[in-house]
Amino acid sequence: MAEQDLLETGQPLLIADSLSKSYGRIAACRDVSFSLYPGEVLAIVGESGSGKSTLLQLLSGQLAASGGQVSYRMRDGITRDLAALGEAERRLLFRTDWGFVHQDPAQGLRMAVSAGANVGERLMAVGWNHYGRIRESASDWLTRVEIDVARIDDAPRTYSGGMRQRLQIARNLVTGPRLVFMDEPTGGLDVSVQARLLDLLRNLVAELHLAVVIVTHDLAVARLLSHRVMVMKGGRVIETGLTDQVLDDPREPYTQLLVSSILPP
Amino acid sequence: MPAMIDIADANKTFTMHLQGGIELPVVRGVTFQVQLSECVVLSGPSGAGKSSILKMIFGNYRCDSGRIGIRHRGALIDLATAEPRQVLNVRRATIGYVSQFLRAVPRVATIDVVAEPLIAGGIGRADAQARAGELLHRLNIPQRLWQLPPATFSGGEQQRVNIARGFISDLPILLLDEPTASLDAANRAIVVELVAEKKRQGVAMVAIVHDDEIRHLIADRIVDVTSFAAAA
Repeated sequence: MAEQDLLETGQPLLIADSLSKSYGRIAACRDVSFSLYPGEVLAIVGESGSGKSTLLQLLSGQLAASGGQVSYRMRDGITRDLAALGEAERRLLFRTDWGFVHQDPAQGLRMAVSAGANVGERLMAVGWNHYGRIRESASDWLTRVEIDVARIDDAPRTYSGGMRQRLQIARNLVTGPRLVFMDEPTGGLDVSVQARLLDLLRNLVAELHLAVVIVTHDLAVARLLSHRVMVMKGGRVIETGLTDQVLDDPREPYTQLLVSSILPP
Repeated sequence: MPAMIDIADANKTFTMHLQGGIELPVVRGVTFQVQLSECVVLSGPSGAGKSSILKMIFGNYRCDSGRIGIRHRGALIDLATAEPRQVLNVRRATIGYVSQFLRAVPRVATIDVVAEPLIAGGIGRADAQARAGELLHRLNIPQRLWQLPPATFSGGEQQRVNIARGFISDLPILLLDEPTASLDAANRAIVVELVAEKKRQGVAMVAIVHDDEIRHLIADRIVDVTSFAAAA
C-alpha cells in the first residue's frame, strides 16, 4: 500500500538532465535524461564501452559532467543540483543517504579491518559513538545479509567472494540510504552465489523501499531486480521502458541482439 | 457501468532486425470490451495472436497504435501510451496475469511465491501466508511441499502454484493464459470454480482456453481472434 502511494504521488528522487561526458573528441555519454522515483529500480544495460559505468559515475557525482545536470531531492525535501553542493555536503550524502556497491568488494571495503568495523565505520562517520550500539547494529546487519555473526571480528580478506559482496551491501545499507548505486554487483561471482545474492538484494530493496540505479551487462539480473531498463550503446540511451517490455518486446536492433544472445537456462 | 477493459483498433507488428528487418504482423484492429463480472475467452488457432493480445492488455507488449483502455481506480487509463510507472501501478492495483508457466525466483518457498502479491499489496505476512495456504490446499498441493521452492515440482504442480499466485489477489481484472493446460480433471474443475467465484466478486477476465469443455464452462462471450488477423 505504502509503495503504491509513494510511486503514484512522490516526486523524483534523482533527476538527470541532458547529461554528457566527453574525453577530448570521444563522447562517453551523450545527452542522457531520466527521473528516478523513491523505491524504483532502474537497470542500465549494454556491453563494455557503452558508457554505462561512466553514466553511473556522473550520476553519483564521482565524475564531473561535460554538459547537463544531476539533481537530487535531499532529506529536507529540497531538490538540489549536485554540482552546486559543497564537498562536505557531498561527502555527507555519500555516507548517509547514498550507497555505492562496487563490483569488486575490495573497492568498497577495508580488507584488513574486521567485518564489524567495516559496517560500524559508516555509523561512526555519521556521529554514532556508543560502541555497544554500533556493534549491535553491525551484528544485526551481518545477520540480515546472511553472514554468521561469529565471523564479526574477522577481516573480509578471510571471507569468500560472495560473503565479501554481502558485507559490502551491509556496510552500505546500515545508514538507511534512500538511493543505492550498484556497478555489476554480481559480476565476479559463481552462478549459485549470484542467485543467492540476487534473492537477497531483491528482498532488501523491496523491504527498505530503496531507489536503485544498477549497471549490469546481465539481462537476467535486470529482469529479476529492476522495474525499468535503459539500454545504452555508444554513449547513448537507445531504448528505455518497463523491464519486461524491453526484454520481451525489444524494438531496437541492438536490444534485439542483446536479448537474442541470452543462453537458454 | 463503463467497461473494465476497452480496446480500440490496437495494432501490433514485430520488426525482426536480426532477420533482415522483416515485418511480422501480429494483430490488426483489435477492438472489444470486457465488462464487470464477465469472462471473455479469446478463440482462434495457434499463432492467431491470442497470447499477444493478452500481453498487450498487460502492458508487456507495446502497441504500435490504438488504445488499451483499462479502468484503474475509477478512471480510464490508456496502457498503450502510459508511463512505465503508471503501468506498474495498474499491475499492482488492477490487472493480474496468470501466465502459462511459472517464473519463480530460485530459493523462494512455494508458500511465499503464492503470498507475494498480497504482501506487495500491503497485507501482513502471516495473513498473506494463511490465504496462500488455503488456496494451495484447495488446489491439492500437499502441505509438505509448501516450504520448498517450486522449481523441482511437476508441470501440473507448478501450474497450480502459478494459479494460486494469480488468484490470491483481489484485483478487478484477471488475464488467464491457458490456466488448465496441464491439469487433471479434478484440478480443472477447481479452476472453473475459482473463475466462477471471481465473477461473483465482479472481476473482469480475459482467458485463453483450448479445452472446449472448460471454455464452455467459463466463457460468457467468445471473441474470435482470427477477425484481427494481420496477415489477411
